[in-house]
Amino acid sequence: MKTFTYDRVTSAEEALANGAGASFVAGGTNLLDHMKLQIVTPERLVDINRAGMDAIETTADGGLRIGALVRNSDLAADARVIAGYPVLARAILAGASGQIRNRATTAGNLMQRTRCPYFYDTALACNKRAPGSGCSAQDGHSRTLAVIGTSDLCLCQNPGDMAVALRVLDAVVEVAGPSGKTRTIPIAQFHQLPGDTLPIAEFALDPGELITAVTLPPPPGGAHFYRKVRDRSSYAFALVSVAAVIHGDGTGRIALGGVAPRPWASEAADAAISKGARAIADALFEGARPQEDNAFKIDLATRTIAAVLAEAKEART
Amino acid sequence: MKFDAPIGDTPIDNGRVVGRPHSRVEGPLKVTGRATYAAEWHEDLPAMLYGAIVPATIAKGTVKAVDPQAARQSPGVVEVLTFEDIDIHGTSSGRTVKMVGGPEVQHYHQALGIVIAETFEQARAAAALVHFEYEVGAGSFSLDGGRADAKVCGAYGGPGETRLGDFEAAFEAGEVRFDAEYRTGAHSPAMIEPFASIAQWQGDDLMLWTSNQMIAGTRGSMASMLRLDEERVRIFSPYVGGGFGAKLWANADAILAAIAAKKVGRPVKVVMPRGLIFNNTINRPETIQRLRIAARADGTIEAFGHEGWSGNVKGGNPESTVMASRSVYAGPNRLMADHMAHLDLPEGNAVRAPGDAVGSIAVEIAMDEMAEKLGLDPIEFRVINDSQVDPSKPEKTFTNRHLVRCLRDGAERFGWGDRMAPGTRRDGKWLIGMGVATAYRAALRHASGAAVRLETNGRITVETDMTDIGTGSYTILAQTAGEMLGVSVDRVDVRLGDSRFPVSAGSGGQWGASSSTSGLYVACVNLRRSIAERLSMDAERVEFEGGEVRSGNRVCSLLDAVAGGPVEAEGKFDFAQSDTKAFGTFGAHFVEVGVDAYTGEVRVRRMLAVCSAGRILNPVSARSQVIGAMTWGVGAALSEKLEVDERYGCFLNHDLALYEVPVHADIPHQDVVFLDDLDPHGNPMKAHGVGELGLCGVGGAIANAVYNATGTRLRKVPMMVEDIIPHLPEPV
Ligand SMILES: Cc1cc2nc3c(=O)[nH]c(=O)nc-3n(C[C@H](O)[C@H](O)[C@H](O)COP(=O)(O)OP(=O)(O)OC[C@H]3O[C@@H](n4cnc5c(N)ncnc54)[C@H](O)[C@@H]3O)c2cc1C
Repeated sequence: MKTFTYDRVTSAEEALANGAGASFVAGGTNLLDHMKLQIVTPERLVDINRAGMDAIETTADGGLRIGALVRNSDLAADARVIAGYPVLARAILAGASGQIRNRATTAGNLMQRTRCPYFYDTALACNKRAPGSGCSAQDGHSRTLAVIGTSDLCLCQNPGDMAVALRVLDAVVEVAGPSGKTRTIPIAQFHQLPGDTLPIAEFALDPGELITAVTLPPPPGGAHFYRKVRDRSSYAFALVSVAAVIHGDGTGRIALGGVAPRPWASEAADAAISKGARAIADALFEGARPQEDNAFKIDLATRTIAAVLAEAKEART
Repeated sequence: MKFDAPIGDTPIDNGRVVGRPHSRVEGPLKVTGRATYAAEWHEDLPAMLYGAIVPATIAKGTVKAVDPQAARQSPGVVEVLTFEDIDIHGTSSGRTVKMVGGPEVQHYHQALGIVIAETFEQARAAAALVHFEYEVGAGSFSLDGGRADAKVCGAYGGPGETRLGDFEAAFEAGEVRFDAEYRTGAHSPAMIEPFASIAQWQGDDLMLWTSNQMIAGTRGSMASMLRLDEERVRIFSPYVGGGFGAKLWANADAILAAIAAKKVGRPVKVVMPRGLIFNNTINRPETIQRLRIAARADGTIEAFGHEGWSGNVKGGNPESTVMASRSVYAGPNRLMADHMAHLDLPEGNAVRAPGDAVGSIAVEIAMDEMAEKLGLDPIEFRVINDSQVDPSKPEKTFTNRHLVRCLRDGAERFGWGDRMAPGTRRDGKWLIGMGVATAYRAALRHASGAAVRLETNGRITVETDMTDIGTGSYTILAQTAGEMLGVSVDRVDVRLGDSRFPVSAGSGGQWGASSSTSGLYVACVNLRRSIAERLSMDAERVEFEGGEVRSGNRVCSLLDAVAGGPVEAEGKFDFAQSDTKAFGTFGAHFVEVGVDAYTGEVRVRRMLAVCSAGRILNPVSARSQVIGAMTWGVGAALSEKLEVDERYGCFLNHDLALYEVPVHADIPHQDVVFLDDLDPHGNPMKAHGVGELGLCGVGGAIANAVYNATGTRLRKVPMMVEDIIPHLPEPV
């Protein structure tokens, strides 16, 4: 870990005023790991844990506004979430461990970075960590990495669970800039695809911008599912995950985790829900570029969608 | 004591203390944080500095230039030592590669130096600033690539190839023949407590707090690497948070702490970060195994062939997958051979149940496949081919082989009769299957010494350099002394892991429990004699019970014996090799799995191990050893595998997020049954170990259960979802 300066702030305004050139630290469960391994070496840390933004409020239209600092455990245990957005509670509880969820925050979770093994070894080439050094995953081990939305520069997957649920819920990320200007980013656009230019932008945030909250529209109704497939029963990242909201008439929303640099969804796939798993997967994986190691993810995702549809059917009858 | 004939009745047979389920005597210290582990002695060492290992970031090649300048100028840095400043004589005994490489680099993350600083963070930050310029060499990193040039090679002084009868002819002539190849993945020992050492010098005397399984060997090895007399070195390792073979010797942390502390004249602590453990130290290499079995139609094996291939650094040992095959199943015509390819990956060495842990996976799948070919129940096929003599050395008879009882008893308890045809049992989305496997592990013995003292307050002190690596040594030694001297466990103080104490067998190869208690048994026999003498009693006819010593109708208190001061005795267990007896531990593993019919995820539903290993010294700690070992088997079968990146020559998944050991949720239900048996032939405790037995065969039983669930036979472990889903029915 390199030497850094540390400031603790007590409001969003103070965070923004101090944010230039700094990294915000929330739960620290991702950032501090990266600092210890020198995957990132920020010179300044601004600790936002006491900056408020930790409430879950009901909005005027009947949705929810989740403060950036709401802990993952608290969010998953909130009665309004369990009643109206069970897919979100299930996705959060499928991730990490109890201890980590107690620390991890809503904003930090959204901003968690890839679990590509090459990103984690600073001696090996990785465009995401060291722009221009190359992507070791291209002809290396890519079993856990993305099969779609990748580029020649990067095969990283987004490893998160919570964001996949947020995707089917049409969440909106609220951010504030250093000048105090606020804006909103739909979850579908929050995570960036690597594309063909360096450095690779991962998030639709500008320098110094702070996430203040995530908002949810009113509860969508329907039956909610989060199915995560992994190499062990707990405490492992998804090989593939499926978040779905399925309505009584067979329509719904679906998104995949573990297969792309962002939660992966499309209108065409949602429109195909009544046609079954194969049709949904065909729509989702249109243009996929799997590697030899991870091509199985397409079949696995198709099968997992089928499992969810079967469960949905059972729930209806 | 030279043990060379079966022993008769002893005080241990009273079973008042030994064999009873005592929880760990040091348990309260451990759960309240008062058991001091190697890295935790700072309170005693206020002047301590921190060392950070500087690893190589290539797998093979030469360091052309070293630039320590930036590191030297980094805040808090006291000293930077690279290989150019470090002089180590030879290497650690038991290891093949050098503990500090350079200029030649032998493997990825080999230590090339150390940075010493005032704080841990400063040391680590500066370590990243030491710059090496490399000339990268061409290495071999693929077992498939190296296999063609692999040579027959024995492990740890054992034979490379053994034959009996005419294997090839008998195999060719076999009525029913089976020939298949299997693969097992490379494993990291992945113990919880990382390698850690603190070194302090007083003049020419080195004090080393470290985490270690074998104190005496490590002491000798440290002395030799530092060119010191052994007497100058003291090793202290009272608590060890798991070793699994990787702490059988001094590792880079120990030698670098010693060298650094000498150089700076202050104590230095070196803890190996998790990210270095996988490539810096040792691993269980990947294996390829060929099994050829020929049998008569009635199931009698005529020919048994097992050949293994693994890779290791030059001069290293192969992973001896065929070792157990020499002793398990009958068959007059036999071929067993290990082959080693020279690879430039990190060193392969003795990880828990070396050889057998993965050898048994291939053998037990092959036995399942062969049973099916023969139309036999897998248990019957194993029973038919049981052998009371060592099949490869028929002149040797097993002293305590109850494999058939383990299999039959387990079948009954597990409900083996409910097993259905492959791919036919379903519970909702789950495909359900059962599998069985034999467990076998040699019962090795090692000479072991101990001292025991009756203190003036009537308490008993036991001292030996034996280690407790989480296994329960403290407890079974306290029980042994308690039984022999007629006191309860809470009146015994056991002190371990100190090189000033008598040399013990150490912890390894599942010999620790039986050998170390046997050494203490001998010391206690001697102490009983001294106590009897003090009390003017006939040593042959005394009884120790309830804090009293009785002879005839004379009764004394133990305290009467120490009126003139403590009484102390030493003793050592030693033995003569036998030409006619074979020692082994046996068991049977039963597993039920569910395979998700959609996703191919395999989840273990229940497990049973029935074990026969002589006297069980403490059923609680023995069970704990076996369930831990079974859990290792689940890892080997379903998730654990070091991924080799053949371009960089490294194990890529070098942390516990990417190298996945089982978690609690993977292990729903485990039963362990011990047969109530005694083996008077091996040692005076009539006991053998179970810590590795519990692992042997488990992966095979799981693979067989996956076959029974799905109808798909996989010949590689770990079995991942992508191996399974292509064989599952299309979901509707
Ligand atoms: C062992 C382990 C297993 C895990 N398993 C899973 C899993 O299975 N599934 C899963 O989804 N996740 C998993 N995680 C990841 C975990 O969910 C994240 O580490 C956590 O959500 C990050 O939240 P945090 O508050 O600790 O973020 P931090 O580490 O504090 O920050 C992460 C990033 O977000 C930025 N940031 C934080 N808050 C803000 C803000 N308000 N505005 C702008 N930027 C901000 C930080 O600057 C940093 O770049 C695992 C983590 C670990 C360590």
